[in-house]
Amino acid sequence: MVLKGKVAYINLSTRKLSQEFVPARMRTLYLGGRGIDMYMLYNHLKPEIDPLSPENVLLVGAGLLGGIPCLGSGRCDIAAKSPLTGAIGDSNLGGFFAPELRFTGFDHLVITGKAEKPVYLLVKNDEIEIREASHLWGKDTFETQTIIRKDQDDENVKSLVIGVAGENLVRFANILTGMKNSAGRTGMGCVMGSKNLKAIAARGTTPLEFAHPDELLEYCRQMNDMITSTRWSKAQSRWGTMIIYSNTNTTGLIRTRNFQLNRLEEGQDLEPENIDRYSIGTSGCYGCAVHCRHRYILREGPHAPLYGEGPEYTSLGAFGTMVDCKRMETILVANHLVNKYGLDTLETGGLIAWAMELYEKGILNDKITNGLKLEWGNEEALYELISNIAHREGFGNTLADGFRKAIPKIGNGSEYYAIQVKGMSNLHSDERPTPSFALGIATSTRGADHLRSRPAIDMYGLPEDVLEELYGGPVAPDYNSYDGKPRMVWWQERLYAVTDSIGLCKFQTVFCSVHAPKWKEFSKLIQLATGMEISEAQLMEIGERIYTIERLFNLREGFSRKDDNLPERYFKEPTQIGLPVARNKKIDRERFSKMLDEYYELHGWDNNGIPRTDTLKKLSLHKEPSNLM
Amino acid sequence: MQKMLAIDPEKCTGCRLCEITCSIHNEKTCTPERSRIRVTKWENEGIYIPMVCQQCDVPICETVCPMHAVKRDTETQALVIDNELCVGCRLCVQFCPFGSIGVDDRTKKVIKCNLCNGEPVCVKFCEPAALQYVDANTLNTRKRRAAAEKFSDILKKTLARF
Repeated sequence: MVLKGKVAYINLSTRKLSQEFVPARMRTLYLGGRGIDMYMLYNHLKPEIDPLSPENVLLVGAGLLGGIPCLGSGRCDIAAKSPLTGAIGDSNLGGFFAPELRFTGFDHLVITGKAEKPVYLLVKNDEIEIREASHLWGKDTFETQTIIRKDQDDENVKSLVIGVAGENLVRFANILTGMKNSAGRTGMGCVMGSKNLKAIAARGTTPLEFAHPDELLEYCRQMNDMITSTRWSKAQSRWGTMIIYSNTNTTGLIRTRNFQLNRLEEGQDLEPENIDRYSIGTSGCYGCAVHCRHRYILREGPHAPLYGEGPEYTSLGAFGTMVDCKRMETILVANHLVNKYGLDTLETGGLIAWAMELYEKGILNDKITNGLKLEWGNEEALYELISNIAHREGFGNTLADGFRKAIPKIGNGSEYYAIQVKGMSNLHSDERPTPSFALGIATSTRGADHLRSRPAIDMYGLPEDVLEELYGGPVAPDYNSYDGKPRMVWWQERLYAVTDSIGLCKFQTVFCSVHAPKWKEFSKLIQLATGMEISEAQLMEIGERIYTIERLFNLREGFSRKDDNLPERYFKEPTQIGLPVARNKKIDRERFSKMLDEYYELHGWDNNGIPRTDTLKKLSLHKEPSNLM
Repeated sequence: MQKMLAIDPEKCTGCRLCEITCSIHNEKTCTPERSRIRVTKWENEGIYIPMVCQQCDVPICETVCPMHAVKRDTETQALVIDNELCVGCRLCVQFCPFGSIGVDDRTKKVIKCNLCNGEPVCVKFCEPAALQYVDANTLNTRKRRAAAEKFSDILKKTLARF
């Protein structure tokens, strides 16, 4: 039965293993995946511990609907206290790992302690083994997976692995599975490295049983039809998330040269169509009808031959616009490098772009960068710095610690140029013309990040009543406006918290399309797969509970209203180019503050962003930690 | 003309919806291990090939079966296993050149694609149409047209000169 998934507790210091079924009450309160991970993080972690100490808890969770044949049900949620920000560490990845984990009988892994020597975990049909991994240490992410498959003589073993960046405790090291699916944000690979844990491999043949298999199958087919009929998914199937670039760059919504311009001039080579020069087709994650990533081959040039997957829109910014590199090939090479070393593409690009601006301003010089000429568009320097960060060599060692530690180390006013919130780099999107996005990255529980809410639905010129119906209240259709935007952020935060907890892909709910599966469809899928009756309203409340427990975690770690802020430049420097909707825009400090008030009010939090007692009671959070599992 | 389950590996995106839906339809559980169709992958090179019974005209499985348990469905022309007769000797598993016959670890009998009695579920779910259930002659016509296009281009250019 799909509800019979177990949780395994693994202490790497004592090598003690234990397991139990996920209590039914946890399912009704938190569903699975991110929801249960967040609960565990709040319950199992002592406040104010060092994220790199053995006391940190690494959580791996498959979603409640993980494994069903629709909407990208292969998502896996990874959480721990973030070594990059000190706040919630949480990152979500696709691929094939989470369903394979479910086929072993486990839905959640709770990993504590630190192994004496490098180890990897092998989860195989009910059995968990801590295995020696000295032969894997030092190997890149791709080699590591290949060796594990060979060791097990089984091509169906799926692994979560770290590369050299994770081993070297780079604070934004990712965890990767397959050729590109990665939990990139908040440095979860660094936590794995700190535990001497090189990989987690899963292989299972246990049947996943559903409450109503035949009806579920038919409904899943309808869901796939529903999502693939949207224009967004059609475009994504063909071009991947890169398709976003065509619109945002033309409009002027992309930060370029770190934060100097909001459009990459002469950026034609980064248009998604150009991937066809290298692509051999697209690739899908487990159970996905959209298949949004390209399989690309570089046949010529100094880095050839090279096979990689992606790149995402994110990488077009990280190694393109932000560092002013204008060639698709540069993106493909850099994307491959970060995946191979196991680095978060976005954080890596964000930090390098920052360093380039500091170099231009004279805050950094050749002496500090060890001779690395960090000039805009210098792709060789880009590649070298990526490698230096992963290996903690030279100036890369400074950047490898992320903004929080690099800012005081570099000093000299460098903070002003850092485009980060809570210590995490922002995407390359420029939110000055879009207050909804600006509020979203400021309030995101894991630091500057678009995937906690991504309130993009006001960008398509939809009529006011459509927005009102979707969001349950008035939202201005003009995306430059501040009106109703807190409602958008609040609604999307809850939707994504639920999406991450049932283990489906965010692209296949309200991401760019109103006509995508959401509460009603999720409720029906849960009923058919598990037999649980959870109404739309209850799902919204679960989303609220998850987001609020994340808030409680951050408050406990010392974060508050002052951290729900934007970099100073958003308020001071207006955008310079682009279409009229994007030109000469900056965030109004007062109106931003008012949005924040409204946003807290919608969540039921007080003016300082602290959840009110009645809110906690309503969400059954007033007795946390409750130690249900 | 008889329909066939045609595979176009170039279109396969490796999502495994075929495996998942096959097992849910036939086994009522999600167990790719017991799916009649499997996607074989070369992950580091991005090559994905769905493998399934080809319903051969001269079926080796039928030839080697000592119990005559492999029979042809007169409607769909699929080769189906008669579970009453199958003794689980697995000779068919050994001899199938495509590795498309599996063993059910619970019943110890063999399992293979029966074309879902003429409505293959995997085909319904295959978004990129790497799997198609088509008339064998249609398939042939399509491929012929695709190949002929190259010639037609040359011909058109040649004619345009006059």
